[in-house]
Amino acid sequence: MHVGIIFFLIILGSVLFHIFTPWYWTDIASNWQGMDDTITLTFWIGGGVFVAVCLFMIYCLFRYSYKEGRKVEYKPEDKKLEKILTWATTLGIAALLAPGLIIWNQYVNVPKNALEVDVMAWQWGWQYRLPGEDGKLGTTKVTNINDENPFGINIDDPYGRDDILVQSDYINLENNKPVKILLRSIDVLHNWYVPQFRSKMDAVPGIVTFYWFEPNKIGEYEVLCAEYCGVGHYAMRGGVEVQSTEDYSKWLSEQETFQDLIAKKEKLEFESKKLAKNSNLNLNRNIYTEE
Amino acid sequence: MSDEYENKSGYQAQSSETIHAQSSEAITGGGSGITPDMDYVRPAELPEQDLYHPHSFIEKWVFCQDAKVIGVQYFLTAVFTGVVGLILSWLMRLQLGFPGLAGFITAEHYYQFVTMHGMIMVVYFLTALFLGGFGNYLIPLMVGARDMVFPYVNMLSFWMFFVAVVVLMASFFVPGGPTGAGWTLYPPQTILEGTPGHGWGILLMLISLSLFVIGFTMGGLNYMITILQARTRGMTLMRMPLTVWGIFTATVLAMLAFPALLVSSIMMTLDKLLGTSFFMPTILKAGEVLEYGGGSPILFQHLFWFFGHPEVYIVALPAFGIVSDLISVHARKNIFGYRMMVWAIVGIGALSFFVWAHHMYVSGMNPWFGFFFASTTLIIAVPTAMKVYNWILTLWRGNIRINTVMLWCLGFIVTFVNGGITGIFLGNVSVDVPLSDTYFVVAHFHMVMGIAPLMVIMGAIYHWFPLVAGKMLDEKLGKWHFWITFLGAYSIYFPMHYLGFIGVPRRYYEMYDSPYMTSGVGLNEFISTAAFIVGAAQLFLVFNIIKTMKTGKKAEQNPWKANSLEWYTSTVPPEHGNFGDRLPVVHRWPYDYNVPGAEQDYLPQTAAPSEVAHTEVEKT
Repeated sequence: MHVGIIFFLIILGSVLFHIFTPWYWTDIASNWQGMDDTITLTFWIGGGVFVAVCLFMIYCLFRYSYKEGRKVEYKPEDKKLEKILTWATTLGIAALLAPGLIIWNQYVNVPKNALEVDVMAWQWGWQYRLPGEDGKLGTTKVTNINDENPFGINIDDPYGRDDILVQSDYINLENNKPVKILLRSIDVLHNWYVPQFRSKMDAVPGIVTFYWFEPNKIGEYEVLCAEYCGVGHYAMRGGVEVQSTEDYSKWLSEQETFQDLIAKKEKLEFESKKLAKNSNLNLNRNIYTEE
Repeated sequence: MSDEYENKSGYQAQSSETIHAQSSEAITGGGSGITPDMDYVRPAELPEQDLYHPHSFIEKWVFCQDAKVIGVQYFLTAVFTGVVGLILSWLMRLQLGFPGLAGFITAEHYYQFVTMHGMIMVVYFLTALFLGGFGNYLIPLMVGARDMVFPYVNMLSFWMFFVAVVVLMASFFVPGGPTGAGWTLYPPQTILEGTPGHGWGILLMLISLSLFVIGFTMGGLNYMITILQARTRGMTLMRMPLTVWGIFTATVLAMLAFPALLVSSIMMTLDKLLGTSFFMPTILKAGEVLEYGGGSPILFQHLFWFFGHPEVYIVALPAFGIVSDLISVHARKNIFGYRMMVWAIVGIGALSFFVWAHHMYVSGMNPWFGFFFASTTLIIAVPTAMKVYNWILTLWRGNIRINTVMLWCLGFIVTFVNGGITGIFLGNVSVDVPLSDTYFVVAHFHMVMGIAPLMVIMGAIYHWFPLVAGKMLDEKLGKWHFWITFLGAYSIYFPMHYLGFIGVPRRYYEMYDSPYMTSGVGLNEFISTAAFIVGAAQLFLVFNIIKTMKTGKKAEQNPWKANSLEWYTSTVPPEHGNFGDRLPVVHRWPYDYNVPGAEQDYLPQTAAPSEVAHTEVEKT
């Protein structure tokens, strides 16, 4: 029966494709090995069911293809068989759900020692903020954002002053140190996603969302936006470099704090004002009276 | 019981026989000894409906009130949108497989194609085809009614759908083009600059969806009430073909789910036009704070998926029902576990309202929801798996005709099981995290709610074409059509899952040269090539229909030797009113194939118990 043979070849081909595929996971670089393991388990159980169902179907094609006068079973129901199948399926489903929920429980409970990283997204780019010496991020507001305050930090918030600002699509992380990604967006939905870290979450304007992971492999990785955000979505890339503790500390010490930025801006302003004052005092008088 | 009913309702039963207190089930059924009134069926409770017969060409073919013509109108309009959707998918695959080859496909265009393809295929093609097309044609015929209960409203339903399609297609020609917001239309980007078609395009989309929902409500009420109120004598609910059960449950789902789409469309239109902030938080764009504030983008996602997930089953349940009937007829065996099948359809339908947020595991909603929605989602796998087992158990010990119809059913089983299993990956919350928004998702939902229902649609076309047109489609062309479509579609979507494993995100116009993505280049070329072939292979069906209409073999009455009522009409194709002078009276379920002791291998639903007294037919 050629139909049965073709279907058999399809199932065989699917299994062989899965075994020999050159397209598979990127090497994992975070603590979420459990996700990969659950996927593997789902492949075993789910794949087993797929192959079993299809092989049974193919068997029926070979065994019961049309023959005039063949004796056909007339048995509308089989309570016992139906019961067995229901319970077997329920068990299989429970076996898949349990590890899934256990790992989700880890995913939503962030370790206490995780480093908070503020990831700010817009159409179409990223920038990052790390807590300063006090270990806490300052609060922010979208309406505060302007050239002097690119992160919209509340000026009155004492925690905000020492925050470390990374005005770049690229950020560095410390190896083997858990990170809590705090996501916010100033315009539309975005999603900060590194395939090697396995984890992701949408950035939603108006609220702060989070997820966590622990990078465990030194290297550079590409950041992708994983939630459609308009016509520049596909180009909204960034990068992460996971570094050893020494390299990371060195990198961190080179970064600018919010205080540095304010000081720099004030200095710049002061100089430009001085310049203006010298060149044309009269025209700029009102600026000084305001102050 | 019936006496009481009669007194209350005030209707006179047509027959003057004494009304017995027992229901027909208690009396009918062979093997239990012959009693004088074993063929007794409860008399009709309502008088027969008056039909409005057309007087002119326009009343007969345009503003027609015959559900069969409306069904064909729905079918053809839906197929037209499907062809548009298919062409859009070709353009997308052209860009993905061979980037830069077609210079006119800019990023804006690409996203417009993605959006329109998705919305067209899900709503305007599949939903309209199954419920509007098959629903209209088959419901009255299968339950033994002369027409839908509200034929005029039914006609309006189609024309409202038609207007919705016109508005949708008009958006291709307005300034800025159609919306490119993704078929999920997630705000805020949907109505902001930076998304293609954020002006006219999105407005027309929202208007078109609203019209669709209004039109669909008119049709849906008809389907539900016809099934509940207009069944012929003896057609108890548990004697209805599973096709009717599937369409019925899907319609109930649609009645409950579409309002969520309607209100979210209206709310978004207000956000767009009047500057309300239902879904719009404070937004900073190009250095300026917009005049929105306080709204919730996630609220829209909840509304959308409260519609969107039942929508999956609105498409799937009619497909489940139809394929059950096709398998049973062509395996010449009763459907295995009919009652389990009915309860599975109803159970899946009910559960489908408690799983919506599995589309939102990484949306930023409260992460604790994940536990609940993962559990409900995986629970729904149990009744779904039972249906799969029952289909293959129907084949078991049957007498399987391996014709074109059966081939499509087999193709359905393979693709549906495949897509169902990958659904367990995505439903299991923490497994979803690495896979969501990647090509794994694209592959999954195309396999399970694109290809699998399409297999059923094709099977249904080959199965019911003789009824609709009175001629048999060519088997040889049909088989070519099947094998190219099935093998091609499988080789598009099976390997596509693995792009998702690599981490390739969906909705990317261009992959650039990320190392793990470039490894998928060859695969993308292959998938695109397969997509072109599968699309073109649909011409086999077009050619087959043209050839059949010209020179095809005339269909005899009931060519498949099926039991359900649509094959027992007074003429083939059935005329307005369906059943001639007398409505059929039903004595059994539609799955009595190969009953031991029967002369033929099938017993029509109309076969009276006295005719089959010598057989071992079971009570149904």
